[in-house]
Amino acid sequence: MLKEPIKAGKIDPGTRVKNFDEVILGYTEKDALKEADRCLGCKTSPCSSGCPVGIDIRKFIQEIKQKKYEDAYRTITEKNNFPAICGRVCPAEYQCRKACVLSKKGVPFASREAINIHLLERFSGDYGGNNHLGIIRADNTNISNCKVAVIGAGPSGLCVAGELARNGIDAHIYESLHKPGGVLVYGIPAFRLPMLIVEKEIENLKKLGVKITLNFLAGKTKTLDELFNEGYNAVFLGVGAGVPAFLDIKGEELSNIYSANEFLTRVNLMMSRDFPEYHTPINIGKKIVVIGGGNTAIDSARSALRLQKISGINPSVTILYRRTLLELPARRPEIEHAEEEGIKFKFLVQPVSFDGNSDGFVKGIRLLKCELGEPDSSGRRKPIPIKDSEFTEECDIAIIAVGVNPNQLFIKSTNGINQDKWGNVIIDNETMMTSLKNVYAGGDIVGGEGTVIEAMGMAKKAVRGIIKAMYEKC
Amino acid sequence: MRIIDKKILAIDNETRVSLIEVEVPLIAEKAKAGEFAVIMATEKGERIPLTIVDTDIKKGAVVFIFQEIGFSTKLLGSMNKGDELYSVLGPLGHPTCVKKYGRVITIAGGVGIAEIFPVARDMKQDNHVTAILGARTKSLVILKDEIEKIADEFFIATDDGSLGIKGFNTVILDKLLKENKYDLVYAVGPIPMMKQVFLITKKYNVDTIVSLNALMVDATGMCGSCRVTVGGKIKFSCVDGPEFDARLVDWENLEKRNKIYEEKEKHICRLLSKENNRDSA
Repeated sequence: MLKEPIKAGKIDPGTRVKNFDEVILGYTEKDALKEADRCLGCKTSPCSSGCPVGIDIRKFIQEIKQKKYEDAYRTITEKNNFPAICGRVCPAEYQCRKACVLSKKGVPFASREAINIHLLERFSGDYGGNNHLGIIRADNTNISNCKVAVIGAGPSGLCVAGELARNGIDAHIYESLHKPGGVLVYGIPAFRLPMLIVEKEIENLKKLGVKITLNFLAGKTKTLDELFNEGYNAVFLGVGAGVPAFLDIKGEELSNIYSANEFLTRVNLMMSRDFPEYHTPINIGKKIVVIGGGNTAIDSARSALRLQKISGINPSVTILYRRTLLELPARRPEIEHAEEEGIKFKFLVQPVSFDGNSDGFVKGIRLLKCELGEPDSSGRRKPIPIKDSEFTEECDIAIIAVGVNPNQLFIKSTNGINQDKWGNVIIDNETMMTSLKNVYAGGDIVGGEGTVIEAMGMAKKAVRGIIKAMYEKC
Repeated sequence: MRIIDKKILAIDNETRVSLIEVEVPLIAEKAKAGEFAVIMATEKGERIPLTIVDTDIKKGAVVFIFQEIGFSTKLLGSMNKGDELYSVLGPLGHPTCVKKYGRVITIAGGVGIAEIFPVARDMKQDNHVTAILGARTKSLVILKDEIEKIADEFFIATDDGSLGIKGFNTVILDKLLKENKYDLVYAVGPIPMMKQVFLITKKYNVDTIVSLNALMVDATGMCGSCRVTVGGKIKFSCVDGPEFDARLVDWENLEKRNKIYEEKEKHICRLLSKENNRDSA
């Protein structure tokens, strides 16, 4: 008979909403050994095929079983330089865990019986971090005198730089913000991904020889041509999908209506949550609404609720979503966490306009009720607004989390990079090369808003493409 | 990003305007008139946008001029030659479209005078340039000699009449436009001034560009904090601007949005002044 899955320790909701500390505590050694013991060690390892970077999951779990934790860390880092990050933020229930044989077939996301691969990965990643294991350079593939400029220090850029450095190629990252990490530092809140974890894994990259220049806006500070003139053999674009989408409805310009990007950047990167010790302000109100249903919406809502709690305001945060709980694109555990923390959900509503007071601050959002119609091109049932069903939801802060568009700043400054009608950069599916020779791209800039691990998957493909091109040249 | 020079340009009992020259060679090499940079004075600081007033490629230096008006500008104003700034990003925004227009008026109020300087200088190459400066009082008129040297015509107005004519600089603008034909007006200053400029130039149907001062965070187009309504559409000042056609700007909206953090700003400033009082006691 199969043993019960081991749950990770969690801070109780009453305590955790008072701060931004990490909610999930992760496995103890005992937990990890018990969970690893549940793995059947299938010869075919279907789980690995569910991982965008193809980690040898069976092998590293076997190594945990044998208490060879350093070996487990090495096995993972052969494929993924950031196990402590991915173990925390990967949507494992849609990926490796869903492919686990213990998961039922044909379900939208992994069954609870599936091995908690992400928690075991996190355990190994933290073990590596705590024991300063670092990443080992592969020295058999040294390509001398080759150097690559990587634009953007988000997940895809970091991954490309790390893989290049492991292969002996000089990688130089250029980042516009004052901290590297991209969405890992400005977007994902500390209660899901502590800053220290990101810093540690980026330190590992620097030890591998990756150089990082901050406060450098490629396209403005220097153009693509100038970078090539400095002797780079290739350039990788990992500039992400950082441009927030707005609803394009009346009243959107009112004060205290934030894009999720702005709200999260202020709270996470600029540390507004510790204002006035940190100098960037953020406004927080009595009634907060968040529009959208993705991870960004959940992250914004949970951050907002914590800010209310910290400022002594009775928490009231409502997520407004056009479809139903079933279609919410956010990760299941995060939806659960949000519910436990007291986030309210209002489904089947569509924003019509915002109302403001005479000082120009938002005071309410008008919504239409919806019903679900036929499935649309994405396969999800399309919300159809119901006539004459308009009602107003009171709010003094509104956060818009309805998605992001590809970052155009660099692309616009560079001639010859082809884009599709949504602004995504068009790439060769094998090599990730763009329409410009020796310019590669990956992550959200080529595929809209994806996940951290998908960005890394693309990054790995791009590195193979870059290395192949360099071998041909060198 | 070291401060290699610092000067107090103007001072009276409520206002101080400072100039800092900062070593950032990459920005010095690239910056064009109309562009700005985002500065964090310290690691705990906020990101504030400041116009790039001048550059010195040889020294790799960029000049910023700012009025010590809120917490972050006071903090920046307390830094001295030799101090390191935590971060400087730039150049940002669209550069000014400098071409042959004919007769151009550059009008600026307060610290906006610093921002008009590079525009007037570059416009001068192909245009007849009329400069109008305005300030509360004589001691707050900055860069007077520099701009006077550039301009073909030069006027000053002060609220108290201590220099030039007494009153608002927009009165001079109105008079000039009534008497002569001009092809472009370029305005930088407090929102009420820019709004007044727009009302006057509308009357005479003269193309008018304003450089807006919306609140920014990243300033690379990622957040929309600096969004302004221009021609009924949402624009991000940091990437679509900061210059816009004055006729299309929703002034009331800009005015209101710039007050979003008034309360928080007062709060942090009170803390700063308490600290200063403690230090001096």
